[in-house]
Amino acid sequence: MTISAERPVATSGGATTTTERVSWTQRPGIWSQHLGTAIVGAIVGYLLGHWLGNAIASSYPYIQNSGQNVIAVTLGEIFGVAGWLLGIGALNYPLAKMAGRQPGKEVDVQGWSKYFRYSTNHKTVGLQYVVGVLLFLFTGGLLAMAIRTELLNPTTHYFSADTYIKIVSEHGTVMMMMATSIVVGPLGNYLVPLMIGSRRMAFPRIEAFSFWVFTAGYMVIFSALPLGGFPTGWTGYAPLQTQAGPGMIGYLFGFAVIGMGMMAAGFNMAVTIINYRAPGMTWSRVPILVWSLLATSALLTLATPTLFAAGVFGLLDKTAQTAFYVNEHGGSAYLWQNLFWFFGHPEVYIMALPGFGIVGEILPVFTRKPLFAYKVGAAGMIGVALLSFFVWQHHLYQSGINPDMRPLFMLTTELISIPTGFIYLVGMGTLYKAKIRFEIPMLFALALYFNFLIGGVTGVFLSDVPVNVTVHGGFFVLSHFHYTIMGGLLFAFMGGLYYWLPKMTGRMLNKKIGLWHFWTMFVFFNLTFFPMFIIGLLGQPRRVFTYAKNLQGLNDFSSVSAFLLGFSFLIFAFNMVYSLWINPQKAPANPWDSRGLEWQTANPVPSYNFERIPVVLSDPYRYSEPGAPAVADLGDAGLVHAAPQD
Amino acid sequence: MNETHHLRRMTTIWVILSIAADLLGWFVLGPHMPPGRMTETAYHDQIDFNILLMVALPVVIGVWVYMGYAITVWSAKRAPDPVGGDAARGNTRTQVLWISITSVMTLAAAAFGTWALVVDHGSGGGEGPNPIWAPSGAAQAETAAFSPNSGWTPGQALPVQVIGQQWKFTYRYPTFGGFETSQLILPDNATIVFNVTSLDVIHSFWAYQLGVKADANPQVNDVAYTETKQLGSFMVRCSELCGIWHGAMYNSGQVVTPAAFQSWAQQTEAANAANTKLLPPFAWTYVPDANGANGGYYPDGKATPYSSVEVYGSKNPAS
Ligand code: HEM
Ligand SMILES: [Cu+2]
Ligand SMILES: [Cu+2]
Repeated sequence: MTISAERPVATSGGATTTTERVSWTQRPGIWSQHLGTAIVGAIVGYLLGHWLGNAIASSYPYIQNSGQNVIAVTLGEIFGVAGWLLGIGALNYPLAKMAGRQPGKEVDVQGWSKYFRYSTNHKTVGLQYVVGVLLFLFTGGLLAMAIRTELLNPTTHYFSADTYIKIVSEHGTVMMMMATSIVVGPLGNYLVPLMIGSRRMAFPRIEAFSFWVFTAGYMVIFSALPLGGFPTGWTGYAPLQTQAGPGMIGYLFGFAVIGMGMMAAGFNMAVTIINYRAPGMTWSRVPILVWSLLATSALLTLATPTLFAAGVFGLLDKTAQTAFYVNEHGGSAYLWQNLFWFFGHPEVYIMALPGFGIVGEILPVFTRKPLFAYKVGAAGMIGVALLSFFVWQHHLYQSGINPDMRPLFMLTTELISIPTGFIYLVGMGTLYKAKIRFEIPMLFALALYFNFLIGGVTGVFLSDVPVNVTVHGGFFVLSHFHYTIMGGLLFAFMGGLYYWLPKMTGRMLNKKIGLWHFWTMFVFFNLTFFPMFIIGLLGQPRRVFTYAKNLQGLNDFSSVSAFLLGFSFLIFAFNMVYSLWINPQKAPANPWDSRGLEWQTANPVPSYNFERIPVVLSDPYRYSEPGAPAVADLGDAGLVHAAPQD
Repeated sequence: MNETHHLRRMTTIWVILSIAADLLGWFVLGPHMPPGRMTETAYHDQIDFNILLMVALPVVIGVWVYMGYAITVWSAKRAPDPVGGDAARGNTRTQVLWISITSVMTLAAAAFGTWALVVDHGSGGGEGPNPIWAPSGAAQAETAAFSPNSGWTPGQALPVQVIGQQWKFTYRYPTFGGFETSQLILPDNATIVFNVTSLDVIHSFWAYQLGVKADANPQVNDVAYTETKQLGSFMVRCSELCGIWHGAMYNSGQVVTPAAFQSWAQQTEAANAANTKLLPPFAWTYVPDANGANGGYYPDGKATPYSSVEVYGSKNPAS
């Protein structure tokens, strides 16, 4: 193994003291492999695949009204992704191994250009992911603005019905893809090794692979638009899927590609957490964020294969004319619904658990109290992860699929709100008789508790079959999952950024702008989405471009709030630019007085993280406890003491 | 301040607010809660919703009161000394209490939901082709569906077929010769057996005020029941994304007196007789002909051979 993070020596300035051959692909400078070669690879790959598709299948069916050969489009996408991975250098190592050659040495390139390269350093990958998910988030957000514009008026239309449904579908899919990785990718990759006292992730190449596959997924899902878009929403139900044009290939292949990234990231995360904990980092000392990421990785590795297979079946239906989802030929449209939600419900917890983990880290620091009921919290996360495989048909109550199973799915769904509720036990218990400091991360954490309460309670309404009759398929569901995902996960992610970016970048984010960001986001999030519960109860289905005249007032209110919510994201973007580049303020080593192991490392974090592997002495939450031991023995750096007592 | 003091204050605020919210919810909002009281099903769904609301409001208010209290009283500005050490890490009694209360509440919700689902014959939701919670008269209605001249008399259950297609709903009345119309007219005080199917993609038949929602799947007969209780019109919307014009897939229906229904049905049957003759015979489901809209629709079991033309359009020459 030649991963530099393993060897504390020889990492400065990209110089290397060994005599191993450094392949040209790893050299600093333009004549090597980087984003540029990846782009070239993707373009060449796409053209090659497209040409090949037309060459081998020129007599093959063309997709109705599109003038496109499905085989050509599909091969174009596949070769494009392969070209992207080849171009960035993701395949150098495995290809060399397969050819029986000694792979070239991988250098931990220094300087800003490392962010545009295939880096196997978990901290570089973490920051790459920050940019990656924000790109997803902001493009998805623009589409949301378009949706709310169309819904300003039931009769005046800004988009054609066709364009509108494609915008809605693209928005949902992009956001769901983003949300799978928004915490695991950036914060997980960056922080987990630091939190468990490891020098690296278990599989650095797989970790880098997951990021570059994630970005490939971004391009594939956006390629759906020039291919004509897809009309199915993020749920992609067949037979609409079978009927749709070539844009559907972008959806199916996009989910398959993102799925590869999710499996890779989850697998790597799980193995790292299980095997790379420092001595003394027992299971009862593992930070709650790490617990949540462990539960999440279990879901990523076990649920995503279903998505991958479902996507591949769909691609085969479209290209090789198989009939997985075609009723007329022995397939079943229900099969897609079952496969999709068998993945889809664990997926919603992939989008919830990491948020719970983040607030679990933030609360003790800003209340100066231990995390309340830590063990119950960790058990709850594992419980949620297990149970989430047994509830998928609550999305299908009205579908006609096994109606006799409804009481069972109602029961399992109600049951899952018990461990989900543990997060409130942990949170409220920690607030009890605390000493709350209202820093930005804490505000976001409190906001999660406010928002997710509404999301979770409406989930219980949805899981009641009789009530579900009225609310299924409408704006009520829409609002429910925005409250859980945006109000929960996204608020937690923002809190996490304000909390950990000082560690990751060495710069503090501006507090004043942060306050503006928080309050606009919190207020306008609620003003945007709360009315949607009422809109849904009053009978407005999802994914419609028109609605009853009497609902215009509420819809307009929601739209205007949504624009202001969009504006709050601009404040956030401005804060990033302002605090990181325009007026950077150096962050203190431990700005929040946290006991977390990740804050005990040097600033900036050396590429090998720890001078020597720390010996963990205590859990990180022993605030306000006189005589609490230091969290870890860091060796050369000396014993780091508990954060100052207040 | 000692422990009981904080708890007592919070509890007082919580109890007052919860009672106020519940009273408001039940008596002021409750009767107007969707989907209204036009049918037995709608009425039950509404009661269900309101009962869940009665439990949910105190829960939400409880957490908010607690958080509000914590934020104001336990902020660093007021600087009490936080409780540290083992005392604050997890008080077993609190944990057991919390887990028990939430478990009892959610299990009760599941039990209550199941009970409501069974007594209310599937609560107006699509029960698939072989419903297990059928109201009395349902079986007879299913048989009657295949005797085209059996009509309908008050007291009987009325079978109505809902056919979704891109992008409209049409309705067949099998006991009135199987005529097909885009009007949904129902008699008052009657059990209605909806047989919902689709000719193309998945739609969802949502008769809002009736408290009925059933997905329209191609080649599936999705059955849903309701019992009409009030005269008036109701809204029908498609609630499953079915393509470009999904948003425009709505119309309205009407519940009329039994006499008015009968005369409407007989008149329409006569007026549509010529058209009805061209329709495929009534069946639970229909399979599209290979020629799609240009051809007809054939009852299940007579599917024409597969044609890629139907799925992909004509083959274009290589470019
Ligand atoms: C207390 C726990 C929860 C319960 C009981 C619950 C229950 C439900 C139910 C029954 C549905 C189906 C509604 C319908 O389509 O008729 C649903 C939909 C949904 N839920 Fe939850 N949920 C919970 C938490 C969450 C969380 C934590 C997330 C994500 C972070 C989430 C995301 C979603 C999404 C995305 C959908 C809609 C998917 C779609 O139709 O596009 N839910 N939930
Ligand atoms: Cu679910
Ligand atoms: Cu529709």
